[in-house]
Amino acid sequence: MGSQVHGTQEFNKAKRAEIKFSDAAMETVKTIISRYPQGKQKSALLPVLHVAQAEFGGWLSAEVMDYVAEVLNIKPIEVFEVASFYTMFNLKPVGKCTLEVCQTSSCWLNGAEDIVRYIEKKLNIKVGETTKDGMFTLKVAECLGSCGTAPMMQCGASFHENLTLEKVDALLEKYRSEGRLRSYTDLDYQNTL
Amino acid sequence: MGKKLLIHNDRVPGIHTLDVYRAHGGYASVEKALKSMTPDQVTEEVKKSGLRGRGGAGFPTGMKWSFLAKPEGVPRYLVCNADESEPGTFKDRYLMEKIPHALIEGMITSSYALGANQSYIYIRGEYFYVARILETAIAEAYAAGWLGKNILGTNYSLELSVQVGGGAYICGEETALLESLEGKRGNPRIKPPFPAVAGLWGCPTVVNNVETIAAVCPIVMMGGEEYAKIGVGKSTGTKLISASGHINKPGVYEIELGLPVEEFIYSEEYCGGIRNGKKMKAVVAGGSSVPILPTELILKTAKGEPRLMTYESLADGGFQTGTMLGSGGFIVMDEDTSIVKNLFTFTRFYHHESCGQCSPCREGTGWMEKILKKILDGKGTLADVDLLWDIQSKIEGKTICPLGEAAAWPVAAALRHFKHEFEAYVKNPSSIKDVKHYYRLNNLVEA
Ligand SMILES: Cc1cc2nc3c(=O)[nH]c(=O)nc-3n(C[C@H](O)[C@H](O)[C@H](O)COP(=O)(O)O)c2cc1C
Ligand code: FES
Repeated sequence: MGSQVHGTQEFNKAKRAEIKFSDAAMETVKTIISRYPQGKQKSALLPVLHVAQAEFGGWLSAEVMDYVAEVLNIKPIEVFEVASFYTMFNLKPVGKCTLEVCQTSSCWLNGAEDIVRYIEKKLNIKVGETTKDGMFTLKVAECLGSCGTAPMMQCGASFHENLTLEKVDALLEKYRSEGRLRSYTDLDYQNTL
Repeated sequence: MGKKLLIHNDRVPGIHTLDVYRAHGGYASVEKALKSMTPDQVTEEVKKSGLRGRGGAGFPTGMKWSFLAKPEGVPRYLVCNADESEPGTFKDRYLMEKIPHALIEGMITSSYALGANQSYIYIRGEYFYVARILETAIAEAYAAGWLGKNILGTNYSLELSVQVGGGAYICGEETALLESLEGKRGNPRIKPPFPAVAGLWGCPTVVNNVETIAAVCPIVMMGGEEYAKIGVGKSTGTKLISASGHINKPGVYEIELGLPVEEFIYSEEYCGGIRNGKKMKAVVAGGSSVPILPTELILKTAKGEPRLMTYESLADGGFQTGTMLGSGGFIVMDEDTSIVKNLFTFTRFYHHESCGQCSPCREGTGWMEKILKKILDGKGTLADVDLLWDIQSKIEGKTICPLGEAAAWPVAAALRHFKHEFEAYVKNPSSIKDVKHYYRLNNLVEA
C-alpha cells in the first residue's frame, strides 16, 4: 500500500509540473502581491485565484490550488478553504461560458424565471448542468447589482441587462460562434449586448 | 430640482477620464485639504456635516473617524466598502462606473484626514469590469501625481489599490470584508475589538461605503455647515437611491434627504409612477434587509403624516409600522405581486449567503426557505405560518453579525403586514397558480 500512496504522489507531482502561470499571468500575480505590505502576500489570494481560474480552463483543480499555495508561500489548505467559500470559484469543470442568471427580487419581479426556463429549454439542460459540447453551463445567481436593469445575467466579466428572449438568442449565438472560454477577468467586457 | 453633489456630472461625455473630471472641478477637495487644512480640520468638517454612513447602518461618519486609534509607529488604513451586494442596491456600481475619479478623490481626501498612507477599495468580484475602470482611473491619478509620494509637493503620500472579492454578500459586513482582504474566508469577527482599534492586519482601520467616501469631497469644498443645511434634521445632505421593480423609470437617483416618498415614486423626475397603469402594493425602501411596507404605510406614517426619505421618517413607528432607509435600495411592487414569493427570493438569498458560523442563522435561514417553498408548492399548513414567525424571532439578536437580523426582518415584516396572503395560500392552494410571475417577457411560449 505504501508504494501505491507513493505512486499517487508521484503522479500528482507530474501533473503539477505542467501547471505554471504564463509569463503575462505571472506578471499580473506579482503586481497583485506588490499591493500588500511585506509578509502579507496571503492577501493576494482572492485576486490570484481569479487569475488562476482564467488561466487554467475556468476552474480550480486540486493541483492548481496547490500551485497557487506554492506561489503565495502559504499552505494548500489555506487556499482550499478560501476557494470553497466563495461562489465565483469553480471546484469542478464548467463550460466555456457560464451563464449566471440573477434570480433575486427585482430580477424575479421582471421575469428572471422566464429567462431561466427559456435557456433551459433552448440548451436542453437544467440549472447547474453543462451542455454536452462543453460550451455552456447554466447557473442561477443572487443579486448582481443590476436590479434597475432587470432581468439580467452575467457571463464572464460581462453584464447583460434588460434581457429579452431575443437578446438571449443573439447572445448565445455570438458566444457559440466565438467558442472561447469566458472568464471573470476578461478584458473585453461589455455591460450590454 | 433637488441639489446634486455626487452624480451631477454623470452624463458629461468622458467624465470617467481624469482630464474631463478635472475640467469639471475634480480633485479640488484634495488641493484644498492638503494645502490649507490639517487632517483634524477635515475630520471636523465631516463631523459638522452630519454625514451618516451610506452603507446601510447610517452611523455618523465624523464620529467613526474620531474613534480611530492612533498609536505611534503603527500604520492606519482606510478601506472602502464597494462590496455592494444588498439586493436592490446598485448605486455604488453606478458611481464607480460613471465617475470613478469621484471615489478616488474621496479616498485621497479621507485618507489624508485619517493619516492613512495605504488604502484599499474592496469591490465585489462580480463587478470585475468596474474594478478595471477604477484601476485605469487610479493609474491616471498616479501619473498625474494625485497618488504616490509627496502629493502636490506636500509630505503626504498615499498608495491606493483595488482588491476584488470572490462572490459573497457577507463580505459587505466590515469585519468579514477585512478577513477577505487578508485572503481568508469571509467570516465576521467578534466585536470588540472594533476595526477602529484592530482592523486590517490588526491595525487601526476605518471601513466606509463608496458613497460615504465620495460625499467627503463636496463636504470639504462647501464646508460641513453648508452641507448640513441640505436635508432634514439629522438626515443631512444628498443620498443615492437605487430604484427598481415595477416603476416606469428604474435607475439611480440622487435626492436631497427629506424628499416625500410619494413624490419620489410618482413624479416624472424620479420613478415616474407604477408601470402599466397598475396600483402599487408594497415597497422595500432600503434594500432587502429592511421591513417591507404596504402602500398605506410607505406613503404615510401611522400618524398620517407624509413619509419622507430620511432616516427618521422612514423609521417612524418602529418596526410595527415603519422601516429603514438602509442602503437606499428601493424596490417597488405592483398590485399583482406575490409578497410570499418575493419573500422566498429574499430568504433563499440569505440562506445562500449565510457564512455558516452561527447556528441560528445557518440553520434558521434554511428552514425558512424550506417552509416558504412548501407554502408556494401548495403544501403549507397554518402551523407552518406560525413556525415561520417562530424561527425568525429566534435568529434576531443571536448571531455574531447582523446578517441574522437582515434575514429575520423581511420575514417578520411580510408576516406582520401580509399574513392574510400566507394564510390564503395555505387555505386555498389553487390560488397560488394565479401568482403572476411574468411581467415583461410576455412573449414566452410555454411548453
Ligand atoms: C450582512 C451585511 C452586509 C453588508 N453589506 C454592505 C455592503 O455591501 N456595502 C456597504 O457599504 N456596507 C455593507 N454593510 C455595512 C458594513 O458592515 C459597514 O457598516 C459599512 O461598510 C460602514 O460604512 P459606512 O459607515 O460608510 O456606511 C453590510 C453589513 C452587513 C451586516
Ligand atoms: S435583483 Fe437581480 S441584479 Fe439585483
